[in-house]
Amino acid sequence: MKSPVFFLVWIVVAAIVFAFGLYLKNDYFFFAGYTVLQYVVLATGWNILGGYTGYVNFGSAAFFAMGAYASVVMHKVAPLPVPLLIIIGGIVSGLVGLGMGYLTLRLRGAFFAIATLALAVVLQTLIVNWDFVGGSRGAYIIRPNTLDIAGLQIPYIEYLFALMLILAVCALTVARIVERSRLGFGFATIRDDEVAAEACGVPTLRLKLMATTLSGALMGMAGAPFPYYIGYLQPSSAFGLEYAVNSIAMPMIGGTTSWVGPLIGAIVLGTLQQVATVTISSAVNLLIVGLLLTGFVIIAPNGILGLIHKFRGQSDADKVGRRVIRETP
Amino acid sequence: MMTAASLAQSPASSSLLEVEGVGKRFGGFIALDGINLSVAPGERVGLIGPNGSGKSTLVNCICGTLHNETGTVRFDGHSLNKLESHERTYRGIARSFQLPRPFVTMSVADNLRVPLLYAVHTRRGRHLTIEEADARCIELANSVGLGAKINKSPKDLTQIEMRKLELARAMAADPKLLIADESMAGLSDSEVGEIVEMLIKLNESGITIIMIEHIMRAVMTFSQRLVVLVSGKKIADGKPDDVIRNPEVERAYLGQ
Amino acid sequence: MGVTTDLFINAIIAGILLGGFYAAVTIGISISFGILDIVNIAHPAFVILGSYIAYLLNVSLGIDPILASVVALPAFFALGMAVYQLYYSSFEKFGQEALRGLAFFFGLLFITEVVLILAFGVDYRYVHTPYIDTTLHFGFVDIPLRMLVPCVVALLLVVGLIIYLGRTFTGRAIMAVAQDQHALKFVSADPIKIKRIAFGISIATASIAGALLIVIQPVEPSVGREYIGRVFAICVLGGMQSLPGTLIGAMLLGIMESLTATFYGPSWAPAVAFGFLLLTLAFRPQGLFGR
Repeated sequence: MKSPVFFLVWIVVAAIVFAFGLYLKNDYFFFAGYTVLQYVVLATGWNILGGYTGYVNFGSAAFFAMGAYASVVMHKVAPLPVPLLIIIGGIVSGLVGLGMGYLTLRLRGAFFAIATLALAVVLQTLIVNWDFVGGSRGAYIIRPNTLDIAGLQIPYIEYLFALMLILAVCALTVARIVERSRLGFGFATIRDDEVAAEACGVPTLRLKLMATTLSGALMGMAGAPFPYYIGYLQPSSAFGLEYAVNSIAMPMIGGTTSWVGPLIGAIVLGTLQQVATVTISSAVNLLIVGLLLTGFVIIAPNGILGLIHKFRGQSDADKVGRRVIRETP
Repeated sequence: MMTAASLAQSPASSSLLEVEGVGKRFGGFIALDGINLSVAPGERVGLIGPNGSGKSTLVNCICGTLHNETGTVRFDGHSLNKLESHERTYRGIARSFQLPRPFVTMSVADNLRVPLLYAVHTRRGRHLTIEEADARCIELANSVGLGAKINKSPKDLTQIEMRKLELARAMAADPKLLIADESMAGLSDSEVGEIVEMLIKLNESGITIIMIEHIMRAVMTFSQRLVVLVSGKKIADGKPDDVIRNPEVERAYLGQ
Repeated sequence: MGVTTDLFINAIIAGILLGGFYAAVTIGISISFGILDIVNIAHPAFVILGSYIAYLLNVSLGIDPILASVVALPAFFALGMAVYQLYYSSFEKFGQEALRGLAFFFGLLFITEVVLILAFGVDYRYVHTPYIDTTLHFGFVDIPLRMLVPCVVALLLVVGLIIYLGRTFTGRAIMAVAQDQHALKFVSADPIKIKRIAFGISIATASIAGALLIVIQPVEPSVGREYIGRVFAICVLGGMQSLPGTLIGAMLLGIMESLTATFYGPSWAPAVAFGFLLLTLAFRPQGLFGR
């Protein structure tokens, strides 16, 4: 499927989901759905660096938070429509990603992961001490309850939900394009063997920077509308560790080698958590995530996608081959 | 294809690769001590030496996996010292690895596509299209006898197929100079013969080859010229028959 | 003497005491990450588990928390061996430890934390001992026993481990594992068994570190997160494998944090530690005392 077709198909799917929500006439659907969609974007963003190139980023929460705080700053300086804020959040977090890439250019494996953790704490400390955005007390974002679009009074949560839907479709399309392009090939060689990749002409350092930037930008975009969703943004909620763990757990549970993995992981895990929050407690949430994450990495190393491949009896090559060559003359 | 045409492109200077006084240490250990080596276009050079003599370090310094601390590596008349590994691949240096390093999560075809999509554009002036890359990929796989395994994972390959993939992937980068780092370790006699034949054929199509090898039979069949490294120093360089009769070389090997 | 000098000297001393405690928290990581190359980011969570065990024994039986942690040592050792066995058979055996091993320990971190939340809630818990509220005064220098006792115990722990690793057969085998797995076979030692013991020891140190933590400050389940970056910072600063390096790195970090907290406010302290880690990783990944 060509990318524009892919995009349109998913926009149609998104429209159906939205229509279903309107049909339900249930605000909770939009509130819970927004969170799940936010995780789709976050997990997809994380996976571009973590899944495609194999560099584990423990600092996803920081990228999410930078996107959210960019919106807070803009809200105080010059209030803009949320779609523009999403773009600004993406730029800010993309730059943070680029900076992180430069700082960690020569670090591999665990050292890279630890450095991202450190970066997240440094950024959180900066925000906690920055009075303009409310410091540790946090900042209120006053938003209207409804939005006037062409004379129609749209509930604000439906508006945010729709934006997040579109953003999710965009993120999935980007991930899929990357995966199937030259760039995706390059990313995969970094994951497998950087020295061999260089010998094959892959500019690994430049590609790593592109991955940290793109991944950071997507995670920032996921965070940009968050202050408007929650109404009151605190460092401890924006930098919440549940973002870090979920953005890792979702791709790992879904499968990291393809754009489908994070989508499956985010929908399954995100929905499960919404249900658990309502029926049991929010503490159980994290327990579920922790148990599923450890369980999956032990039992199903290639996630749900891997299980599906195994079930269908596909060989390794079918799974790994981006484009299987059918006829060999 | 890179054939005689590529030879014509080389500047008038007689050597393709020029290694001048290259030195490298690891901590206190001197791995390479002022190596000089020049390789002419179209040559087949064998590089031998006992374990730890610095052969692989030299290859790594030529390919940019490591950077030499002293001296200069010149290729086609240009210094490579400041270039990263991938930029040297663009210039036309390709290598195989001593221990095969395939991209394990990719198919054989994808392994070959990587250099096709990343390395050949600089000298062709544009990137290959997917169709061109696929065609060349099939051609390469067939030429080394991997045509039937093109959609397999490298994990499903035998020892010799792995070696062939390693060579085919290096060839996919369209090199002027191929460095084959112990491409025959662990292979049977007939398999060694097969790889030597393959390398000679590649050389006849115009590619300069440096072969690093322990298997003397292969080295003697292949090499037009033999270079011997011992403890990071070059101790002999010349016609293979003369070099192996060189007393210093005999001492180095018998002293093992 | 000016007030600033007083503050400065007090901050330095507080930093040294804090650093000693940090060494106790980090020593386990120096063994698992530095020596065994296992990225156990769940270590701080095990430390918090240690705090709660000490708390339970203290509240129910009135045992001194540090003594309680010594009683709990065998249990922690066994827990560590079990975790290593699971890690080995699931990841290390297949050479898949890079991405999945990290995710595994990340998951363990959460499981431990949430189990503690479910069991104890998110309220701060603290222990009772006679020395917690006592402070020694030497002129303008204040030395709270709450800090001094953990520092002394931590020093004993570090010195004990240095002697163990340097002088005993198993200890030397553990250090040898770090250099070369195969070398061990010549002395007929099973590297997996050695690593299992080493990892058991590393988790056992969490029991003691946990008790020290709850002596120093009240504890709630998520406190451990603050230590993730700190322990890795110290481990990297100290040059990974070296236990004396760990001690020096811990002291340095303790002093830096203490000075920052005194002169710029406690909210800036984490940035110093982590910023230092980030810069070290970026520009001197082999550590301050590495080659």
